[in-house]
Amino acid sequence: MQQLLFAVSTMVGGVLACAVYFFGTNWLLDRIFPSKGLTGARASRNLRITNAVRPWLFMAPALLALTIYLVYPVFESVRLSLHDRSGQQFVGLRNFSWMLGDGEFRQSIFNNFLWLLVVPALSTFFGLVIAALTDRIWWGNIAKTLIFMPMAISFVGAAVIWKFVYDYRSEGSEQIGLLNAVVVALGGTPEAWMTIPFWNNFFLMVILIWIQTGFAMVILSAALRGIPEETVEAAVIDGANGFQIFFKIMVPQIWGTIAVVWTTITILVLKVFDIVLAMTNGQWQTQVLANLMFDWMFRGGGDFGRGASIAVVIMILVIPIMIWNIRNATREMER
Amino acid sequence: MIATTRSPLILVVHLSVLLIVALWTLPTAGLLISSLRDKDQLAVSGWWTALSTSSQNMTGRAASPEEQVERDGKFVIAGNLLGDGGTAKVSAFGVRPMQPAAFAAGETADIGDGQSLTVNEDGGYEIVSPTQMEGTRGQRIFYTASVPPRFTLDNYREVLSAAGIGSSFINSLTVAIPSTIIPILVAAFCAYALAWMPFPGRAILIAVVVGLLVVPLQMSLIPLLKLYNGVGAFFGVPAKTYVGIWLAHMGFGLPLAVYLLRNYMAGLPREIMESARVDGASDFDIFVKIILPLSFPALASFAIFQFLWTWNDLLVAMVFLGTGNDELVLTGRLVNLLGSRGGNWEILTASAFITIVVPLIVFFSLQRYLVRGLLAGSVKGG
Repeated sequence: MQQLLFAVSTMVGGVLACAVYFFGTNWLLDRIFPSKGLTGARASRNLRITNAVRPWLFMAPALLALTIYLVYPVFESVRLSLHDRSGQQFVGLRNFSWMLGDGEFRQSIFNNFLWLLVVPALSTFFGLVIAALTDRIWWGNIAKTLIFMPMAISFVGAAVIWKFVYDYRSEGSEQIGLLNAVVVALGGTPEAWMTIPFWNNFFLMVILIWIQTGFAMVILSAALRGIPEETVEAAVIDGANGFQIFFKIMVPQIWGTIAVVWTTITILVLKVFDIVLAMTNGQWQTQVLANLMFDWMFRGGGDFGRGASIAVVIMILVIPIMIWNIRNATREMER
Repeated sequence: MIATTRSPLILVVHLSVLLIVALWTLPTAGLLISSLRDKDQLAVSGWWTALSTSSQNMTGRAASPEEQVERDGKFVIAGNLLGDGGTAKVSAFGVRPMQPAAFAAGETADIGDGQSLTVNEDGGYEIVSPTQMEGTRGQRIFYTASVPPRFTLDNYREVLSAAGIGSSFINSLTVAIPSTIIPILVAAFCAYALAWMPFPGRAILIAVVVGLLVVPLQMSLIPLLKLYNGVGAFFGVPAKTYVGIWLAHMGFGLPLAVYLLRNYMAGLPREIMESARVDGASDFDIFVKIILPLSFPALASFAIFQFLWTWNDLLVAMVFLGTGNDELVLTGRLVNLLGSRGGNWEILTASAFITIVVPLIVFFSLQRYLVRGLLAGSVKGG
């Protein structure tokens, strides 16, 4: 309780400090370079100065935080990846050459590519199909809310939910996991799903697809609604059936949005960590880059060199999407 | 929405959506139902049988021979396997582990040495022996009982006190509340400058913010851990503190906040600002009195995102916050429980539900803002 009071008072204090900063610096600026009440050259000079300074006053706290928490670490991580475990000794590319020879790393890269292939594709596909279907029925919004709900659940919570679904009891005893119960009811034998190499990756992916489909659905549903009615009506008049309208008229018009959804989920997949940590912690050949990185960060007192080099690999995989995003945003602004 | 709505296919649509919704909600429903079940039932039967009477194989022990009484020249031990007050029913029993259901309830079983055992449906048993029975341990009895469904809040009571979920709940709130509120003002001022104040380099800064949106958290972990350790050592304070994680969450949340708010503010009508400026209002006044109130929907969207993200976060908390009882957050506690109590589903399901209940409340009550924020954050890019 006391701790919560501490949190709330910090919050109030933090907000007040921000308010005081913004108000104070702004007041100070107007005091030092007054423009009201003055006339002529001095007033316009002061006005010019304040107009040039004020944006930076407004942005300073945010820029400072961004620099400390995101910009500086990027450079520092790159530097650390070229150094040994303590970050003191320069070792060149030795961390990266270690990586290439490390079986666990290669396993992680392989698994990450599996995730990248499967999760964005299936989430987007399900999201699109569900968006299209729910738009046609009266209880569509209720259905959407329920499918969107996993979005609010933490990856760890989702891991527990699905671990329960995958729970395994030896053959003959009653299964309490839903999946094994279904398998047994259909005449199969129960399996410990998490321990089947290669396929267990897909059982983990199901969790992320379960979470992300709602996201894809919400965005694609809005995009579908934004399609001009006339194009669809024209297709109907020309005698197109439902599938043709959907795949040939509607989908092509929302390619841009589909790409955004796809890349957003891709970024998320590259960073997937909690699910693997909670379900298998990389055992049974399910290791992924983010979990491996976390592992090296603390393993044996922490190997910052190897940890940072794995982080750099993740970063390199993200860069193409980053560039694409920046280009899109810039184009958007110029319009 | 289109002409095909009237086609007979609509029934197929209804059915397939129903199937998908079932697939999507069943896992969570299973967790919730399981967390409310009696833990003995939870361990032996699936949650979908929660409403039906479950049949459990159990082992009991008769009272010890010391309690035998002499009756009509015979020695008798009597008692009830199910305790009293229960509504369970015994359907079968046995005395050997290999044949736990050799006899139906009500039958009399010969258990050797001339002794006979009867177990009734209500759990009452009677061992009758022609000679005095010896020993101190009672006869083991295996029986199959059908137990009516029982729902209880015991699991929640247990995890809130014993498993430490209660204190972790407070810790999670402690992390999430300031991490959500503090960045808002910082981001809003920055977003206003990027949206409406012309200055050289503005386009580049916006591009940088868009780029930072996707920088993986993993890049920041090691440098910041080093930085925090350095700062901690320099000032002689612990490196892992709440202040540290609040600032970290603020830093990691800022790109999205600035991006969302800038997009929103840039969409506000220019005329409002110009007429205010004509009236002599300064940028500061315009921002505080006009833009900030108008931006409430975007602020709310971001606040919801940030709250969900900080509440659900595991990675940042694992790196920047300690693991003591007064610092371990819910997600971290849940991961620990998965390791230490992996088979105790009554603990895991109840803990997991407590972990997800706050985000779910936020989700259901503020879904409108969440959707709006998602759309602003993503569709604009395409």
